[in-house]
Parts: sequence; C-alpha cells; structure tokens
Amino acid sequence: MTTLKINGQSRTTSAAEQTPLLWVLRDELGMTGTKFGCGMALCGACTVHVDGQPTRSCITPAASVAGRSVHTIEHMETDPVGRVVQQAWVELNVAQCGYCQAGQIMAATALLKTAARPNDRQIDEAMSGNICRCGTYPRIRAAMQLASRRLAGAKA
Amino acid sequence: MSTTFIGQPVSRVDGRQKVTGRATYAAEFQTANLAHAAVVRSTIARGRIASIETAVARRSAGVISVLTHRDAPRLPYRPHKGAVDPAVGERLHLLQDDRVNHQGQPIALVVAQTLEQAQHAAALVRVTYAVETAVTDISRTEPVLPTQEKADQGAGVPPETQRGDPDRAFAAAPVKVDHSYVIPRENHNPLEMHATIAAWEGDRLTLWDKTQWVSNVAEEIAAVFGIASQNVRVVSPFVGGAFGSALRAWPHVTLAALGARVTGRPVKLMLSRREMYYGVGYRPHTVQRVALGASRDGQLQAILHDGYQETSSYEEYSEALLNATRFLHSCANVTTRHRIARLNVHTPTYMRAPGEVSGTFALECAMDELSVALGMDPVALRLGNEPERDESKNQPFSSRATREAYRLAAERFGWSRRNPASRSMRDGRWLIGWGMATATYPMNFAPASARARLLPDGTAEVSSASSDMGPGTWTSMTQVAAETLGLPIERVKFMLGDTRLPKAPVHGGSMTMASVGSAVQAACRKVRQDALARTNVADITEAMRRLERSIEATEEVHPDKQNEGYSKHAFGAVFVEVAVDPDLGETRVRRIVGAYGAGRVVNPKLARSQCIGGMIGGIGMALMEHAVVDARNGRVPNANFAEYAVPVHADTPAAMDVIFVPEEDTRINPLGVKGLGEIAMVGVAPAILNAIYHATGKRIRELPATPDKLIRQA
Repeated sequence: MTTLKINGQSRTTSAAEQTPLLWVLRDELGMTGTKFGCGMALCGACTVHVDGQPTRSCITPAASVAGRSVHTIEHMETDPVGRVVQQAWVELNVAQCGYCQAGQIMAATALLKTAARPNDRQIDEAMSGNICRCGTYPRIRAAMQLASRRLAGAKA
Repeated sequence: MSTTFIGQPVSRVDGRQKVTGRATYAAEFQTANLAHAAVVRSTIARGRIASIETAVARRSAGVISVLTHRDAPRLPYRPHKGAVDPAVGERLHLLQDDRVNHQGQPIALVVAQTLEQAQHAAALVRVTYAVETAVTDISRTEPVLPTQEKADQGAGVPPETQRGDPDRAFAAAPVKVDHSYVIPRENHNPLEMHATIAAWEGDRLTLWDKTQWVSNVAEEIAAVFGIASQNVRVVSPFVGGAFGSALRAWPHVTLAALGARVTGRPVKLMLSRREMYYGVGYRPHTVQRVALGASRDGQLQAILHDGYQETSSYEEYSEALLNATRFLHSCANVTTRHRIARLNVHTPTYMRAPGEVSGTFALECAMDELSVALGMDPVALRLGNEPERDESKNQPFSSRATREAYRLAAERFGWSRRNPASRSMRDGRWLIGWGMATATYPMNFAPASARARLLPDGTAEVSSASSDMGPGTWTSMTQVAAETLGLPIERVKFMLGDTRLPKAPVHGGSMTMASVGSAVQAACRKVRQDALARTNVADITEAMRRLERSIEATEEVHPDKQNEGYSKHAFGAVFVEVAVDPDLGETRVRRIVGAYGAGRVVNPKLARSQCIGGMIGGIGMALMEHAVVDARNGRVPNANFAEYAVPVHADTPAAMDVIFVPEEDTRINPLGVKGLGEIAMVGVAPAILNAIYHATGKRIRELPATPDKLIRQA
C-alpha cells in the first residue's frame, strides 16, 4: 500500500509500485480529468503537477511520488493561477473536443507560476510537448497571454 | 431580450466542463465491477493461426478469461452495412476462425481485473502461424477497377468518367504538364484513444463508446450478436477528436461486448496509441497522375486525372478522389479514372475531407505547375477557367463563391505584391514563397430527427442522437433551438450522444448542422406553434407558464426533391506564405488566409475554430504526416507520436485568417448551411507545396515535404 498526497488529501493505493500514477488516478481513484493520450510521455495529455513541476503521469511510477505533493486538473478551480487560466480558456472558447485541454491547462499553469509574462518563444517551448489534434494552438496562446496579463494586474 | 442567436458568436456551453476535467469521455464512465480487456494482435499480414497457447496467460494474476477462435462463442454476424461501411466486402468476423487478414488483426482477447494484468497476460499468449505470402507493397501492386458502383459516398460517380475527347485535346494542347503525385498513408491520431465499456443485463447491452454515430454502433453490434437493435443502448456525449476515425464500429467494440458477455462483468477495452494504427481505419496511400493541357492564353483544353488508393483484401474502401476535378475548373475534355490496390492491410476509412483533400492536392499542384508553364498568375489562371455551371452533370451550381473567395483572400493576403519569379523573395537567409489553391467540399444533407420539449418551468429540452467531437454541436444546436423557440439561450438545454434520443445521421460529411440543425429547427417550430395554439397567447414564455405539463414535438427532415437539379458544394480559396531554410530544407508556414463560401454560418466563433483546426491539419499533411508501412509485412514501425509527427504549438503560423464570404443559398436545406468542418482542410496542402515551389524553385510532388526532400534537390 502506498500513500499519496493528491490535491491536498491523503489517498492510499493498492496498486503495484511501478503502476504509473495516471492509472492510479483514473482507474483506482476515479479521477478521470487527467487523460491517457499515448502512454509514452509524448503528448502531454497526462500532465499533473508534482511539487509544482509539470510531470507526465503516464510514465511516473505512483510510488515515486509518495511523500510529494501532487495536483491534478480537478484542483485547478481552487488554485490561484489555475483558476485564472481556466477562466481565460472558457472566455476565449479555447477547447474543441476538449480531450487535450486538461494537460494544456496544467502545462500552462505551471509556466505561469514561474514566468510572469512569458513571450511567444517561452510559450512555444513550454507548450510544444502538449499535442492538440483539433488545432486550438492559437487560442491557447491567446488565453495564456490573457491569463498572464490578469495575473500581473492582480499583483500590481 | 434578444432571441437572435443564429449567426451569433455564442460561447461554448460545454466550455467549463472541458477545462475542469468534468467532461466524461468513453473510458471514463464509472461502472461497478468493471473488468479490463487487452487484445492480442497478429504479427503477420496473411495466413492462418497454426497454434495459439493460452494456458500461461490464463494462470497469470487477475486474469478472468482468455478467448481465441478456438473457444470464443460463435457470433451470428448478421449482414449489416451502415452508410459508412464499404458497400463491397464483409467486415472481419472476430475470433471466429483461424484466418489472419492483416498485420495487427485481433486474434485473442484477455479480460482481467486491472488493465496492467490484462496487458501483461496478453503478452504471455504464444502464437505460431502458417504464413502465406502477403501483398503489402503498394508500389508493386497492380491497381484494379473498383467493383462497387458508387465510387464515393452518395454521389454515385462511376470509377471512369469522360467528357469530350481528352486524349486528343491533350495531345494537341500547346502547353502541357503531366506529373505524378503521391500522398502516403495518414492516421487521424485524435488525442482520445478509441475505447468502449460494455455491460450486459440479460440480453440488453449498454455501450459507453467513442463514436460519431451512436445509432450505427447499436445496429452493427446488434447484427453481430444477433439481437434486436432496440436492445443496444449507446452513450457517447463527448468524443475526444475523431476526424472520421469513429464513423464505423471497429473491432474493439465487438470485442468489449464479447468479453462482457463471456465474463458476465462490464468490460472496458481501450486501444493503445500503437493500436490506433491497426485497430481503426486511416487515410489511404494514394498515387495520382494529373495531366493538364492548355492554350497559350491559359484556357484549359484537357484534364486527365487518374488515381488509385489502397484497400484491404476483405473490404473495398473507395473514396471521392477524383470527383472535384470534374467540376472545379472549366474544361470541355476531362477524364477521370479511379482504381484501387488490394493489399493485406486493414481497411482504410474516411479521414477529414476523404478523397477531396487528396484529389484536390494533385489537381491544385498541377494547376500551379501549369501557371508556371504559362507564365501566368495562379489566381488569374483559375479565374480564366471559372465554370458557369457544373460541367460534369450539366447542372447549375446552387451557389458558388470562388470568385469572391479568390478576391477577398488575395486582398487580405496582399497577393498583388507577389513577384511571380521563384526564389525572388527573402527574409534574411530564409527563402519566402507565396502559394494558393482552390478548395471545395460537397454539401451533404441526410435525414435527421429531433425532439423539442417545453416545460412549465420555462425551460426547453431539445435533443437528437448526434455527436460532438469538437465542432461545437452542443452549442450550435442550442443556438438554433433558442432562436427558433424564442427563448433566452440559458433556458434551453440540448442533449446528444445517446441512442435513446431521436435518430441522427453520422457526425461526418460536414452534414450535421444542415441535417440535425434543420431537424432541431423543425421540432422547435412545431412545439412553439403547439404551445401558442394551446394556450392562446402570443408570448412563448407566458404560454409555457400556462402549460400544465410539458409538451413535446418530434420532427424528421429529409432532403427535398425540389432542388435536385442543382450541384451543391461549398467553395473556397487558401493562400499561404512559407519560409524555407535554404540549407536545412526546413519549411515554416508563416501566414495562411482562407476564404470560404459555405452558405449560412450559424456560429462564426465555432466556425472559425474549425477552419483554424483544418489549416493546422493541412500543415501536418503537407509537411509532417506519414504512416510508414513496412512493405514486407504491413507493419507500421512509426506507430507513435515521436515518429509520426503531427503539428505542435510551435508549428502554428503567426497569422491565420479566416474569411466567410457572405452567401445565401436557399436550395440546399432549410437552414441554408453548407458545412465547414472538412473544406477547412481542403486546399491547404497544395497551397503550401505551391508556396514551397515559389520560394525555392523546387517542385515536390510527394508528401510530406520534409527537409530531406528539399535538401536532396539542391
């Protein structure tokens, strides 16, 4: 049995140590906001935060995050940066099919927590590991710029 | 209080669900007592299973059942063909015999307590084969005539067509181009893998499935299992991208239902990313030849367009590869010849603008080559060959906005500043090129039904068994309903994605707004009339307040015979600027402008998103996408996101512009909508390749235009 700290709560899992965190979240804990897109850390759909760092849960053994702080998309509504990002996403109608967007938001939120007003190049670098087959990229960029302006404004 | 919503950029109603992780996709429905399945797939392309040993797998931890052709229940497999299934051939009968028909064919099913246990046990199944010589090399396969009468969905085009005397006209033409164009196999690769959860209760089956057509899944699975289709309920509210990959009911749906049947537990079967290259269809590899002959002043004298595409040995997939050539530009002498190449592969399927996107790629590149041979501007060449009617059917177009599309897009793009000489524009060390292409896609309208219910609390529920794989059906149908009912949009709820709802056509062919939208409008109109008549008041909200209980109306719409004599298509034009690195051969798309005449646009915001998405898909097609097929055995060695490249964030052009040409067409369907989802991708790849030629002077005729192709020609 492994104890994990997910979204501020203690959760135990009976999964084998090597079981990727993604499957503990989705299958055992019923937290299906984090998505399965490739299983090889190539698409970003499974992005969570581990101690604030964007992390690909599909290749992260659950046991390896025991004792660390894990946050998922389900937590972002109460996260001071995450909720601003989500609001910008909704206002700019970013999502189409929506499947990649949890991962996009997690990656975007992680960037905006560390870079106050990222330029296009920083956005490209931070986000190019999150694939969107519907092609929502222009609106993702616009939503990140909107969110970052708002976050900067709030701090002013 | 405004109740005008059609034509308004209304925000997505499901936006918040999608950003909070609360939108539920197929594999995410929670069911008690769920078991997990994994598929064992063949590693040969053709032959028989000589032996299949499952004892070790059965003993593996957590395994509940292992099924092979030796012990799987016999399934009735009653005949069934939905509109999206190939007319000729028969779907594979899974686990019913020892034949192997393609690389990656399901040959055993494992059901276990957890996903990991199922996958582990699947790897323990030992198979030996009696291998037969397989045909998997398209370059060595003789193409043959398709046997089906309809070469594409609904248009009834024969495989060979001719008007005038193209061979003679081509021979006599003073200016000629004649080249071959190759597009490799491409995969839809939506982010959501296909998945099905199957649960039986007696002989009633519920499927939580990833599908663009719930009613077809119900009918297909009912036919496979020999039960009434009313006994199958299919639920699919959110689809994580499909692009055509979820039109048909693929083998994993049957396997999930079979696993659930045998084990008596609900079973979830999810494809892995690698399995997406074997377990669902794909855009077939195509080889085309386009020969154009023209007079010296740019009048087309002859068009000869041949093409063939791969299909499986057991089904004859055929797409509308050459249809657009017959009416896109004016020419008295045109021949099209369509062939198929039968390989021991799994059956291809429709992928965003199937046929049109591939056929117009070849045609529009050839037109560009002709413009160079003529020393003529590519837009002027097209304007000089603008048809006044559909010359292939001798019918007027219901409407055609090509002239306006060229004008508006060229203006927005700044095309008049173009220096026609190739290698004439630079930005630092980057070679700059400008290219364009014409786009088209048919207007499709299929029978559809919808139900509208008014409740005494002042809200309305409107429904149809359609799908939303991203275009925004949830939102756009709510708009149509709210406006027709005369209610504020917050008081209208639209429901889709369940076979319990009124029947809808496939969410494909860009037909959903035309078909389901028209049905929604009809049902809402009827129930509104009923409410006002019953209560004898003029205001709908007041009428609803006076209703003692809810009332509803269900309406069905059909294409009418009245306008059958018109040729109905959406048209557009795409203009592209590329930058090519002269040393590394890397191409970046800097700007795209697309202008489309697609009739009425119900939600400009959603429509624009579709067009942006289609443009990005076109960039993938032009520059990156390529499913490599091992010619020896049909294996796809690059079946993953690392080696099958798709556009990422950094590939987005800095400027992407979409123009909707105002167009009112009363001859197509009650809403006057032509559809946009697929024309959005047409014309993008040829515009990019034409721009690459303009930048470099190097003509590439085989996709994708990867750096090695641009370096090699130096």
